Amino acid sequence: MANNLISDAVLVKNYIEGDESALSILIERHQSKIYGFIYTKIQDRDICDDVFQDTFIKVIKTLKSKSYNEEGKFLPWVMRIAHNLIIDYFRKSKKMPMQRDNEEYSVFSYLTDTNLNVEDQIILDQVEYDLSRLIDELPDDQKEVLQMRIYQDLSFKEIADATGVSINTALGRMRYALMNLRKVIEKNQIILTN
Amino acid sequence: MAKLYSKQKLAGQSMLPKKETIAFILNYSKALSIKKIGKMSFEIIAN
Repeated sequence: MANNLISDAVLVKNYIEGDESALSILIERHQSKIYGFIYTKIQDRDICDDVFQDTFIKVIKTLKSKSYNEEGKFLPWVMRIAHNLIIDYFRKSKKMPMQRDNEEYSVFSYLTDTNLNVEDQIILDQVEYDLSRLIDELPDDQKEVLQMRIYQDLSFKEIADATGVSINTALGRMRYALMNLRKVIEKNQIILTN
Repeated sequence: MAKLYSKQKLAGQSMLPKKETIAFILNYSKALSIKKIGKMSFEIIAN
């Protein structure tokens, strides 16, 4: 009860001089009013707690840096800080409005999972397996160029250097490789789509 | 007999911040010290 007798101004002075318990008394004394004030503006308890916390962080910094001058009263000053932080909060939330799902709008119509589902993955594996078997059937020189181009991602110049032929020959082999693949696929009516 | 709904303290919940919030503020206050050197001020948080 003795705490109630000490005025805010004395508590603030004591706090500035290093008495940490003075802050605890100040918070206990005014928390309900300050928190209630924040809650009337922001009806979300978690955000209210954040704003309340930020308010007192500002209070602590101002008092500890000794830039507080006791012109008015402590509580109106803290209320003003809280008020400014509430305005900041609404400014920020206006820039980044929170979207909630409703019947017309769903966040999942904008965000998609690009990973394949199990079925698609099985089909893709099958297609790749079929294709590798088809490539194995190609003549060696065509197969070599195609594998270097597609699987090793080499340029035709690099392929030409590696295989000891001209670039035009490498290009020609690639062309024949693709033509032969198409022929086999059409002949056997293989479906290579996912 | 009709229930006395008015006895339920729905509106009477006190508007107080969480205990954790208060504890954080008090700990922050204990940890923080601000030193002024010339025109500059340094915030030091004792961990």
